[in-house]
Amino acid sequence: MNAEAVATTRNDKAIFGFWVYIMTDCILFATLFATYAVLRNNVAHGPAGHDIFNMPYVLTETLLLLTSSFTCGLMILASRMGKLKQVLLWLGVTFALGLAFVTMEITEFTHLVGDGHGWDTSAFLSSFFTLVGTHGLHISVGLLWILVMGAFLLRKGLNQHTTRRLEMFSIFWHFLDVVWVFIFTIVFLMGVA
Amino acid sequence: MENTRPMRLLGSYISGFVLSILLTLAAYFAVTQHSYTGTMLVTVIIALAIAQVLVQLFFFLHLGKETRPRWKLAVLLTMLIVLGILVFGSLWIMQNLNYHMSPDQMNSYMIQQNSAGF
Amino acid sequence: MFGRLSLDAIPKSPVTLGGVATMILALLAIIGLITYLKKWPWLWKNWLTSLDPKKIGVMYLIVAGIMLLRGLGDALLIRSEQALNVQGVPLSSDTFQQIFSAHGTMMIFFVAMGVIFGAMNLLVPLMIGARDVAFPFLNAASFWLFAAGMVLVNVSLGIGEFQAAGWLAYPPLSELQFSPGVGVDYWIWTLQIAGVGSLLGGINFLVTIIKMRAAGMTLMKMPLFVWSCLGSLSLIVFAFPILTATLAMLSLDRLLGMHFFTSDLGGNPMMYINLIWAWGHPEVYILILPAFGIFSVVVASFTSKALFGYTSMVWAIWGITLLSFLVWLHHFFTMGAGADVNAFFGIMTMVIAVPTGVKVFNWLFTMFRGRVRFTTPMMWFLGFVVTFTLGGAAGVLMSIPAIDFQVHNSLFLVAHFHTMIIGGVIFGAFAGYTYWFPKFTGFRLNEFLGKCAFWCWLVGFLGAFVPLYILGLMGATRRLDHYDPSLGWQWLFIVAGLGVMTILLGVGFQILQLGYSIWQHKKHPQPAESDPWDGRTLEWSISSPPKEYNYAVAPVVDTRDAFWAMKQSGLKPSKTYVGIEVPKNSPLGMFIAAGAFLVGFGVVWHMWWLAIVGIVAVIIFMLVRFMDDDTERIITAAEIEKMETVR
Repeated sequence: MNAEAVATTRNDKAIFGFWVYIMTDCILFATLFATYAVLRNNVAHGPAGHDIFNMPYVLTETLLLLTSSFTCGLMILASRMGKLKQVLLWLGVTFALGLAFVTMEITEFTHLVGDGHGWDTSAFLSSFFTLVGTHGLHISVGLLWILVMGAFLLRKGLNQHTTRRLEMFSIFWHFLDVVWVFIFTIVFLMGVA
Repeated sequence: MENTRPMRLLGSYISGFVLSILLTLAAYFAVTQHSYTGTMLVTVIIALAIAQVLVQLFFFLHLGKETRPRWKLAVLLTMLIVLGILVFGSLWIMQNLNYHMSPDQMNSYMIQQNSAGF
Repeated sequence: MFGRLSLDAIPKSPVTLGGVATMILALLAIIGLITYLKKWPWLWKNWLTSLDPKKIGVMYLIVAGIMLLRGLGDALLIRSEQALNVQGVPLSSDTFQQIFSAHGTMMIFFVAMGVIFGAMNLLVPLMIGARDVAFPFLNAASFWLFAAGMVLVNVSLGIGEFQAAGWLAYPPLSELQFSPGVGVDYWIWTLQIAGVGSLLGGINFLVTIIKMRAAGMTLMKMPLFVWSCLGSLSLIVFAFPILTATLAMLSLDRLLGMHFFTSDLGGNPMMYINLIWAWGHPEVYILILPAFGIFSVVVASFTSKALFGYTSMVWAIWGITLLSFLVWLHHFFTMGAGADVNAFFGIMTMVIAVPTGVKVFNWLFTMFRGRVRFTTPMMWFLGFVVTFTLGGAAGVLMSIPAIDFQVHNSLFLVAHFHTMIIGGVIFGAFAGYTYWFPKFTGFRLNEFLGKCAFWCWLVGFLGAFVPLYILGLMGATRRLDHYDPSLGWQWLFIVAGLGVMTILLGVGFQILQLGYSIWQHKKHPQPAESDPWDGRTLEWSISSPPKEYNYAVAPVVDTRDAFWAMKQSGLKPSKTYVGIEVPKNSPLGMFIAAGAFLVGFGVVWHMWWLAIVGIVAVIIFMLVRFMDDDTERIITAAEIEKMETVR
């Protein structure tokens, strides 16, 4: 096999393998969703969803994350066209939007804990913090990944390794937005409906 | 890997983005404006969520454009089957347990058994 | 600085201390032997840093073998306690609870999972005509994570304690309120670390089978072992995340005071039981499917016939795979669900017996009018047919909720699942071990000693577990260290104890068989046979043991039983060689796992700084690996030619 064929095969395997990993992550989230669904009304002496959810705030978070998914797509477009500077630009924008999302989320969590509605108050709050927090943790890992990718790109530019990893990152980032659609709907919208 | 030219790709991302915003806002206002209530509301927002996920799978994750054999699609569908069994199975089981073990149910059963001499 | 670790963590019971001393002495003896023979560089280069799945497979089997001895030791203690029936001899009630919890945990997660990942590493690439797995480094890291889990669970014997809540640690017993010690935490983190290893291994082999088959090997031309693995891998990939999430929630309850499964503030312990069995049921099919695959290959090989009903076997594998996600409630029929839920899952459980039955009949039909050779692997298969049918019938009995209400959590249940795992997974593993041993070493295991081992295992197994079926039907509850003598059950426990001793005799024969076979080989070396059994699958077409790159020329296939077809049509191996890329060695998989171990140990003992060090170490070693662009080396055509001519 010539070098290009080897590279294509390797990329194909790696991206499919990463896709399979993402499928397993979906099941992980599904378990947390199922648990949230079962425990959502077990509020003990604490608040329920409609007592603590700030809907405009959540909408803002949602639109930030959605936009970052879009800019991630623009990053991939630049990568496929071989434009390093644009890749770095859109990675940076995606990072900024993702960071804003996580910052908003941590702020919300801190307020809740400060008001005495921590994760140890009730089963509902435990599942809320865990489901939303696990998503936030994944986003944080994604942000770290962006920083590492940025460093790699500055050192090595766009080669077969870096473009493959950018594709894998984009699958990760888009999938996190898909999960957020469900969190937005099932946790927040159904919490106040 | 998919076969996509740059302009098609850009169009894909823009369409996906616009549609997702619309679907998000539709669900948001359906709830905050109390446009629907009860089961109808839940159905509407779930349908909007599923629509948005399909939009993102197609426009952002390029699922429809995979060349054959469609392994990514196959794995996704299998995952969705397992997810459905896990989530709906758990909900069915846990709700069933709660019903059969809840105090009211048990109390009336015990009272009935008592009067029958057990 | 030391969290909640103190000198109090060292156990005081003589039995435990004896166990710890034995382990430490054994470890020192091995280290001493390696040092004396000056084999450390060889070990490092050829085994510990190797990314070759043939090496990794052997390492999995070694770990599984060591844990089998530990698990059997626990079994001996359990049997002794019940056979002697004197309270506190040899174990206190508390220790007894820990022993059976450790026994189950180790046997399932380290023996059974170790055996199947060992088998997949050794056989899957060879059987599909590939040179390696999809992600060789990930493969090594997966093994080392498995090993790190093994180390953590063994450390729990000497530092602290293990959990005493059963191999699945149900809450509320496993919650902080009732298990404040380190035992449950050791269990959680052992499983989380080994579980990540299993999940990553599952992804790796799934991609390998889907993407790396030889040219011409369509799915319906794959050996049935590979199909069985594909089913098992699909289960691993979709079931293990459930375990990860559920254990994480239990650990959040214990570490951060959350209320997922506590008995207060809204927690629901039944949700744990629901989720853990949603993982747990697929897990047992993960274990049995590869064993079925081994039998498919062994039976076809020793009847010199193509396996009967290949297509129906494939459908049966998929039927079992899908159905294994639809039966999990049968593990808790008695825990409060209504008749409608119980009926659904009872029926599904009965249905899953059907594809299994199809497979057994297909194996038997393969034997019909075949030239059957009763070699040791065939004996293991026949032993499997007898025992697995017995245990399977017991399972179908229990699938009826009304009957299950009588025997749930009795020794009948215990006998059933041991029959499935020993009669199915373990007998399958031994059949595979004997069958493929010559492929990886170049010489066969002694037949006579193999048959002695088999008969001891079969008789010992029946002796150990038939009494348990009887006891269970008479009402004996499981997990008790003492049964009132007035029940008149003592003699049955004594028979069971004798059964375990017979099994241990069988293990003795296996160890003797290995030593004797190696000694015979060294004394009278014979040229290595590449195809000692007149096999049907691709791995028999190359040297024994295979070269690092497996196939000098990538095989091209156009039928099932590809090697058999090549033999019938006249072997014409091509002699035009090109350079082959193989992965370079790397110690980073081991280092990442060491970091994971530190995380586990740190969290268990509340040494948060250590856990953070572990996490940082894992991330740094991962980055070091990602920065390395020079991870392959080339074996030149000239080198290959030289290796291929010296057969």
